[in-house]
Amino acid sequence: MAVRRLRRGAPTPRGSGRPAIHTADRGGFGRQRKRGSGLVVGAMITASVVVLTLDAGGQGDAPVEAARDSVGAVVGPVETATAALARPVREAMAYMSSNKELRDEVATLSSENSRLRHQADQTPLDRQRLAELDGLTRSANETGQALVASRVVAVGPMQSFSRTVTIDAGRSSGVRKDMTVLNNDGLVGRVVRTTRSTATVLLVVDTESVVGGRLGSNREIGFLRGRGVTDGRSRLDLDLADNTVTPAKGDVVVTWGSQGGRPYVAGVPIGRVESVYSTPRELSKQAVIAPFVDFTSLDVVGVVVPRDTEGDRIVLNGEVDQ
Amino acid sequence: MSGLLRVLLAAAVVVLAVVLQVAALPVVSVNGVVPNLVLLVVVAASVVRGPGYGAVVGFAGGLLLDLAPPADHVAGQWALALVLVAALAGRVRTEARHSPLAVVGLVAVCSFVATSVFALTGALLGDHALPAGQMVQVVLIALLWDVVVAPLVVPLLMPVFHRPTTHELAA
Repeated sequence: MAVRRLRRGAPTPRGSGRPAIHTADRGGFGRQRKRGSGLVVGAMITASVVVLTLDAGGQGDAPVEAARDSVGAVVGPVETATAALARPVREAMAYMSSNKELRDEVATLSSENSRLRHQADQTPLDRQRLAELDGLTRSANETGQALVASRVVAVGPMQSFSRTVTIDAGRSSGVRKDMTVLNNDGLVGRVVRTTRSTATVLLVVDTESVVGGRLGSNREIGFLRGRGVTDGRSRLDLDLADNTVTPAKGDVVVTWGSQGGRPYVAGVPIGRVESVYSTPRELSKQAVIAPFVDFTSLDVVGVVVPRDTEGDRIVLNGEVDQ
Repeated sequence: MSGLLRVLLAAAVVVLAVVLQVAALPVVSVNGVVPNLVLLVVVAASVVRGPGYGAVVGFAGGLLLDLAPPADHVAGQWALALVLVAALAGRVRTEARHSPLAVVGLVAVCSFVATSVFALTGALLGDHALPAGQMVQVVLIALLWDVVVAPLVVPLLMPVFHRPTTHELAA
């Protein structure tokens, strides 16, 4: 439709017969060329529509996917190199913006720290319990999964309306499609596509992302959907399966996990309940979740891989190497 | 400069724009929106060389933006948006290339058209749908970014696409 309209709209007057190529540089582009460029524009629009149709209609194994793979194989490493060059700039900017904030935070934290230290000294019992918990965590780690550490090297522009990032670990490091990606704070997203040396991660705040979540306090389950924003206000919507349950404000939501840990392993913290609301139209209660992860400053992330993964990167097993 | 070298140079500029846009510019992103360098390349190419040449650059740059990681949207959306932008910029190029202010104005219009076309095709295909209010916000921030960056980038890009004059060819 767009093709036809544009072709009709483009003026295609009769050629004057004058060979208009390589004539004056300014102003006087010949009519012949004008007609030629209309054809080129039409051809390019048609080509774009063909690509759109191929990708929208295909079921994952379309030729577009192969093209994505080969483009990724070439552009991915270039992105990694560029990100490494740009990293000092990013760190300098982060330093400048957070310096004042950090000083305030240091003051608050040091007062809190001394108070907590006092408490900890007073209660050796608590410390014993902590040691037990530590052991539990370790055993969970041992039966569970391992992590491949990597860095975010590219971020998709918001103009594309999707929230995706590229990380610098790919198939050669054992990263596969539908693996969980997390960082120190909590759940980041899942791998949707891999090349040899990079992987594309769909962030949980993307509107296409749906994660099964479980409320920390009463083990109720629900689904978290992204709202597509990754600035300070990035939020997730939680639909609870059981409409009689009202989530408590401040309650922590963790992943409930999928079969075989793909795409999400169980027990990864996602965020905290910020507010609860219910709409008359829908039966279930909805809650707004503030994620733990700051999606504006993603850097080091871990990909959850099977324990026996071997690749060109160190696999973190949660054990301390002596 | 020989023809092949010019084509290679143009290709290198397109690749550089795509890579910088995803790997370096997120440092300065506002709500995730970064300056659309590929759009500026396409506008510069169309103003200097006309809609036909611009459309080819637009298709190549758009397709690269659609395929290079971390893109996850339906491929072809940026290609279509940037080809349309090239057709638009190429048609008003005689007016545009005599005044820098006109180029900035053209970039503003093109930015609006490109992001809107992308949003509309995405909405038609039901891909990564955002609420309309947020889409408008993204379109406007993108427009502001492109207008701010255009005076710095477009003058550098124009000589890259400049057609050699008859004198240069004879020499």
